[in-house]
Amino acid sequence: MSRLVRTREIWLLAAIVAMIGAITLRTPAFAAPGNLLGIFNNTAILIILALGQMVVIITRSIDLSMASNLALSGMAVALINAAYPEIPVPLLMAMAAVCGLALGSINGFLVWKLDIPPIVVTLGTLTIFRGTNFLIAGGQWVNADELSGDFIQATRLNLLGLPLLSWCAIAIALLFFVLMTRTPLGRSIYAIGVNPTASVYAGIDVGRTKFIAFCISGLVAGFCGYLWVSRYVIASVETANGYELSIIAACVIGGVSIAGGIGTVGSAVLGALFLGVITSALPVINISPFWQMAISGAAIILAVILNARGERRKGRIILKRAETGA
Amino acid sequence: MNEVQAPAARRIPDRLDNPLRSAVFSWQTLLLLVAIAIFTANSFASPYFLTPWSLSDATFNFTEKALIALAMALLIISGEIDLSVAAIIALASTAMGFALQFGADTPGLVAIGIGAGIACGAFNGFLVTGLGLPSIVVTIGTMSLFRGISFIVLGDQAFKGYPASFAFFGQGYVWWVVSFEFALFLAAAAVYYVALHRTNFGRRIFAMGNNRVAAQFSGVRVNRIKFVLFCLTGLMSGIAAVLLTSRLGSTRPSIAQGWELEVITMVVLGGVSILGGAGSISGVVIAAFIIGLVTFGLGLLNVPGIVMSVFIGMLLILVIALPIVYRMVRQR
Repeated sequence: MSRLVRTREIWLLAAIVAMIGAITLRTPAFAAPGNLLGIFNNTAILIILALGQMVVIITRSIDLSMASNLALSGMAVALINAAYPEIPVPLLMAMAAVCGLALGSINGFLVWKLDIPPIVVTLGTLTIFRGTNFLIAGGQWVNADELSGDFIQATRLNLLGLPLLSWCAIAIALLFFVLMTRTPLGRSIYAIGVNPTASVYAGIDVGRTKFIAFCISGLVAGFCGYLWVSRYVIASVETANGYELSIIAACVIGGVSIAGGIGTVGSAVLGALFLGVITSALPVINISPFWQMAISGAAIILAVILNARGERRKGRIILKRAETGA
Repeated sequence: MNEVQAPAARRIPDRLDNPLRSAVFSWQTLLLLVAIAIFTANSFASPYFLTPWSLSDATFNFTEKALIALAMALLIISGEIDLSVAAIIALASTAMGFALQFGADTPGLVAIGIGAGIACGAFNGFLVTGLGLPSIVVTIGTMSLFRGISFIVLGDQAFKGYPASFAFFGQGYVWWVVSFEFALFLAAAAVYYVALHRTNFGRRIFAMGNNRVAAQFSGVRVNRIKFVLFCLTGLMSGIAAVLLTSRLGSTRPSIAQGWELEVITMVVLGGVSILGGAGSISGVVIAAFIIGLVTFGLGLLNVPGIVMSVFIGMLLILVIALPIVYRMVRQR
């Protein structure tokens, strides 16, 4: 199974490289290291969010509320920063993450204790979080001149040639890699995605694991709330509106199976990068940005078709084993 | 949609509930009580609420979404979902605007809008049944694709200048305060009620949603019915596109943005199980009224739209959580 996923990741990587190559033929400056690092930096937030979403999707759930959670947490820290500029930025980052964690735990609680399907829960919290955003801000924006200098500069802080924002994405990707491949929790997350019934018999608390998955996606979304506001220097009700679908798209393009149990850190990162490269490439090759939506839609459908081929083969093998076992 | 749970021991009751008792404790009754409560609260909260014309205006808030919700209910009961409905509206509306540039008349516009809707639905249906893909991701993809095409055609422009006779569909009245939209919704609700609850077709939809494999082996042509249901959802989205375009009098690519979630909220609030296999048209119709009344009532009180969505979101979770909590408390 891991070999199959690996080859998928290699294909996706090849597609991204080919795309960059093709664009470079027309515009040589596109492949300049500076520009590529810029694209990575622009995609950093999507990468982090896709990692959080991946964990939830692997447990056979879905978190539609991530973008609203991001907007609400971002607005909360932006308001705090505007009112109390003396609070240090690292503390604000932690506050954003904790705020996101709290919101994510609401989703997780409803899924775990009340057994409401995740798509329904997060559909509800999606609108609730965004509405709450409007309420706490009174419908106002927090603009650049209200935010402190440190707040804005933190994500732009240059370390060893890369902005802090990029380092955040790299560090979080590594953390997720360790979590998913080297910890019992990661194994449980995969287990309940592959076969919830068997997981129950193996002693895994399915509901609790889902709860933790939603806490993780909430934590990540909250932290990205800070990153987003610092990066784009504005917090509004419309922040990241509709972005939840881009996050899911990144996962699907990467090969995370919506049926659960399949997906790796590499796949989520590559899926996000694929979308990021398309977004940055369109203006360079003189295609109107209005094409972007249709192209990412086509990419999603193509990715699903390719995913389905891989999964179907795998599904059969499992069935045979189950039959011989029984 | 793909929940798998450990098989629970099923308790078989000594005798069936009597029909009166089960009617009183049914989902529809709960919804109806909520609807009446909201209606009463609205009448007290605003003096402008309880007049025929206000109530007629209130229906415009939800009829287009409710039309789609009828077809979506069938689709969700069958175990699939369509997230691309709002994008289909955008594409169908763009197709109508495009045809207008070539001098299409009112019947032509309606035909093109509805035709585009069916074509989009058929495309979804083909991807799901023909290629065997999960509908939730397919329609996330087509959602971007359909609206994306709309953006390619229109960019930041808009189609305007629809003929005067075209305005009837979204703005006309059939009789006194009953708008064409509302009359169409009532008629469609009756048709869907009969189709789901009184025909073999409807029975097969429930069978598929409860156990796809068993339905297949019982001779239900699962894929064909799914394809038809996707086309139906496309058709209703096409009709909604005609109504909405006629009501607004213009087409922009951002038309009906975010409606897919509102339509699904309506369906789920109406008691349709998101896992498939259970639900009723009467529940969906009452849920449509509830959402319409809540948004209109709050609108009269000058509550901004985004705050209304908080109420809708909470209503969705509360109405679904309440019976579960009630059952949990009773079991203790």
